Formats: sequence, structure tokens, C-alpha cells
Amino acid sequence: MKTNRFLRECRQSILLIPAMALLLLFFVVPVFLTIFFSFTNMALTGATAKNYDIVGISNYIRLFKDKVALSVIKNTLFFLAGSLLGQQFVGFILAYCMRECSATFRRIVGPCILCGWVMPEIVVSLCMLAFFDMEGTANTILKTLHLPIISWIFGFPMLTVILANIWHGTAFSMLNFQSALDHVPRDMEEAARVDGANRLQVLWHLLIPCMKQTIGMNTMLNTFSTLGVFGLIWAMTGGGPGNKTTTLSIYMYNAGMKNFQLGKGTAIGILILLLGGVCSIGYSFLFYEREKKSRRKFGKVKTTLAERREG
Amino acid sequence: MRNKTWIYYLILALIAILFLMPMLWLVLSSFNVHARQALKWPDQWTFNNYLTVIQNGRNLRGFGIGLYISVAQASLVCILSLMAAYPLSRYDLSYKKPLLYAILFMTSLPMIAVIVPVYKIFVRFHLLDSIPGVILYLTASGIPYGVWMMKNFMDGIPKSLEEAAFVDGADSVQSMLHVVAPLMFSGICVVFIYSFSGAWGNFFIPYILLNSEAKQPASVILFQYFGKHGAIEYGALSAYSLLYSLPAIFLYILSQKVMSKGFTMNGGDKG
Repeated sequence: MKTNRFLRECRQSILLIPAMALLLLFFVVPVFLTIFFSFTNMALTGATAKNYDIVGISNYIRLFKDKVALSVIKNTLFFLAGSLLGQQFVGFILAYCMRECSATFRRIVGPCILCGWVMPEIVVSLCMLAFFDMEGTANTILKTLHLPIISWIFGFPMLTVILANIWHGTAFSMLNFQSALDHVPRDMEEAARVDGANRLQVLWHLLIPCMKQTIGMNTMLNTFSTLGVFGLIWAMTGGGPGNKTTTLSIYMYNAGMKNFQLGKGTAIGILILLLGGVCSIGYSFLFYEREKKSRRKFGKVKTTLAERREG
Repeated sequence: MRNKTWIYYLILALIAILFLMPMLWLVLSSFNVHARQALKWPDQWTFNNYLTVIQNGRNLRGFGIGLYISVAQASLVCILSLMAAYPLSRYDLSYKKPLLYAILFMTSLPMIAVIVPVYKIFVRFHLLDSIPGVILYLTASGIPYGVWMMKNFMDGIPKSLEEAAFVDGADSVQSMLHVVAPLMFSGICVVFIYSFSGAWGNFFIPYILLNSEAKQPASVILFQYFGKHGAIEYGALSAYSLLYSLPAIFLYILSQKVMSKGFTMNGGDKG
């Protein structure tokens, strides 16, 4: 009986094989190789590419003793925090204000925000490089306002790449928040207003609690995309000046692919995986819960419809 | 209440203008003879920037390669994830829940973290600098998302529609091809469009895995134009960028159109 079931499952799983094989080869195996390589002194090419030694956790120890590595970790956290706060804050303001405006106005504003999101990464970096150039648009605005001009890319490189990432990513948060706000019933808000709550109180005690789950998921999704940012920074600053905008992904690229230190590169990869993995577990959990809840709700709607049809 | 809404309009307008400026710069300088870094209305309009981009053979080849990679990748993602979604949606498999969790987990993992061992694998199997290799890798990176979406779309199609086909003697593959796939056509379109735009806009995978100049897609060529040269030719560069962005923008609009039509087939199993 048990073998029967096993055979049936095997037969039913045949269609899964090609997709799973690709995932195994390019996803699962590399993850395990990353873990394994990070404990060796392997090089990408040359003599130590074949005759490598297991060196234990010395890659990690060296990483945490390295001053550059520590500043890179700090940069990554700054980049992460700046992007997350900026994207979500601006995205929320946009979604909140759009609720109060007419549909025509929304239809004009929406595409303005979306254009930075749909464009390829490399085009985004070109636009941002020109925008924050010494003679770029940002400084032209400052000049017309009679404010001192700023050397964005050399003076405040981290701020500049964070602003670039905000331009690129805000639309995504805006869309998420918009759909979450649409689901807050209007009469609930009106009831609170009738009871004498002001706008801030409504926002703090009603809207934000209603959107808690969306905010959580949005934060995590943004974390993944921010951790994976490579092209944007690479094309804008190349990680410089100095190491000021070198994030973990750029540091890993330099160590692994440019200096051929596979062990060090993969140890950095593990750090990225750990940061992403923790968020990913939380995200999968939240997502699954929400799916379940919405399915339950959806099922209920369906049954009531069916009942109505019968009656 | 009424007299306070202007604040919202003002805030929105300010943010929208700020967000629009870099895009506007791109459009205007692509038509400007003397394009500079700052946003400026062109004093002399021209199409020459576009002509210089189009007349360059290397640029055209870059677009061609980008198109080839993206179409191949998106088609592969659609086919493989449609196949994989069928058992996950229709059968009661014992490992279904952990596998779905794993797939969901993979959709959100930053791919760049494992690029170093992937490079090693590519060296080992002599896939480095080969376009099919890049297509395979991009396909693998698109599959988790594709399977997840396809499975959800497929769940929306009632089983009873398939039962009619089974009664007529179809096997599950035939039923998938002739009953399920046509019904979820718009879902397949969405996965195709998303995968295509992802591959079209991807920079770091071809940048790392393709070395020879003759094989580079548009994204890498664009990077090299403003990465290497000292004096940047802003007019031609923005014309190139705009041409390169157009498919992504067009496909995004198309995907919105497809999605707004809706997917579910709940009316299908009436009576």
C-alpha cells in the first residue's frame, strides 16, 4: 500500500523534474557550495584552485578583523536602513495623499512615480548620475533657490546612492500601501472622525494598525531587493570614493571575481545569505498566513454567492 | 474638510515633479544637440542622437542579443513553471507544503549572494561566456517566481472543467495543454512579461558571465559607455537609454492591461 502511494507520487511528479533540476543546479547546489567554499582557502584560478585546504572559520575571523570589511558591513546597514526608511516613508505619504485626491490627479501623479521603477537598473544609474552631477539638475534647483550647491557624489556618496535607490524603489512601496489603504473601510474612518479623532489620531490608531501586515511584508521585500542591489551602485560610484559606498555585494564581487579569493568572497556571500535568509523566513511565514486568511475569506464569499444563486 | 485638501495636492505635486525630473531629463536630452547634465529645454531639436545610436552595429547587436536572451528565458520560464505548477496544483503530494515553502523562500533570496560559486560552476562546465549558459541561469532565477504565480493561477481554474476532458479519454498532459493552459492564458502572459522585463533589465548576470565584447547585451554595452569614457556624450547616451527602456515601459503597461481583465474562471463550472 505504501509503495503504491510512493509510485503514484513519483508518476505525478514527473512534470516537476525539469524545473527542479534547474533550481537544484543553479540555486541549491551553489548555496551549499557557498557554505563549503567559505571554509576553504580556494582561489578562482591557479594552483590553489585545485589544491585547496580546509581552513575552518579563518575566513570569517579575518573578515571580522578586517577594518574594510567592518566598514563595508556598516555601509550595507546604512544603505539598507536609508533605502527602507526613505522608500516606505515617501511611498506611504504618496499613498496616503492619493486617497484624498481626485482620480484624474491620481492618474497623472501615478506614472510620474512609476517611471523610475519600471526602468532598467542601468538607466536609473545614468539618470541619477546626471541628476546629482556637479552641474546636474539637483544643483541647478539649489542654485535657483539661492542655496549653496553640494558635491553630491564625492561629498555625500552614500546619501546619493540611497536617494537613487529611493527614486528607483518607492513606487513599489506606494503600490503596496495604496492597495492596503483601499482595504480599510471608509466608514470605519468616518466613525472615528465623528467620535472626534483628528487626522493624526486616525492615522496612528486606525490606518497604521490596519496596515501592519503590509508594512511588515513590504519591509522584507524591500530588504531583499536592497541587499541584491549591485548594478545601481556599481555603475554610479563603483563602490567609491574610497570604500564609502562599497556594500556587501560589491565587496563580494571584488573579493571573489576580481581578486580571485573564492574563500573570502563566499564568506561574504554567507553574510548576505544570512541577512536575507532571516528576512526570507519571516516573509514566507507572513505571506503564507495572509494567503490562508484571504482564501478563507474568498471561500466564504463564494459560498454566499452560491447560496444566493440557489435561493 | 474641503478647504484642507489642497495640502494633499501640493505635497503630491511636489513629490511627483521631483520624481519626474530625471526621466524628463532623459527624454529632453535625447533630442538635444547640446545635451548636458542639467535638465534643460533643448535650444536645438535633433534626431541625430538616435541616428548615431541606431547606425552603430555594436549597439544593434546588443539589442539583438538582449532580445534573444530575454525571449528565450521568458519562454523557458513559462514552459517549465507551467509544467511544474500542474502537479503542485492538482495532486495531493506528500511533500507539497515544504516544497512550496522552499519555492517561496527562493523567490526572495538575493541571487547575487551565490554568484561566486555559480561562476565556479560555469568555469567547470565550460559555460562561461556562452549565451545559452546565461539563459539557463536566468531561467533558474526566474523559476521560483514563475512556479508560484502559475500555481496560484491554476488553482483558480475549477477541476470540474478538466474532468470533462478526462471522461473523453484525455491524459493529464493533454488536459493541461488543451484545457488548463488556454484558460490561464492571461496568467501565462503576466509571467512571460515579468520574466522578459527582468531578463531585459538584468545587468549583473551578463556582466559577470559574458566576457567577450561580441556577446554583450544592451545593458552591459550601456554600462560601458558611461563607465569607461571620460567625457560623456549625454545626447547619444540618453537616446540609447531611452530606446533600451522602451520595451520595459511598454511591457509594464501591457501587463497592467492584461491583469485588469482578471484571471478567475469561477463562472466556468456553472450547472
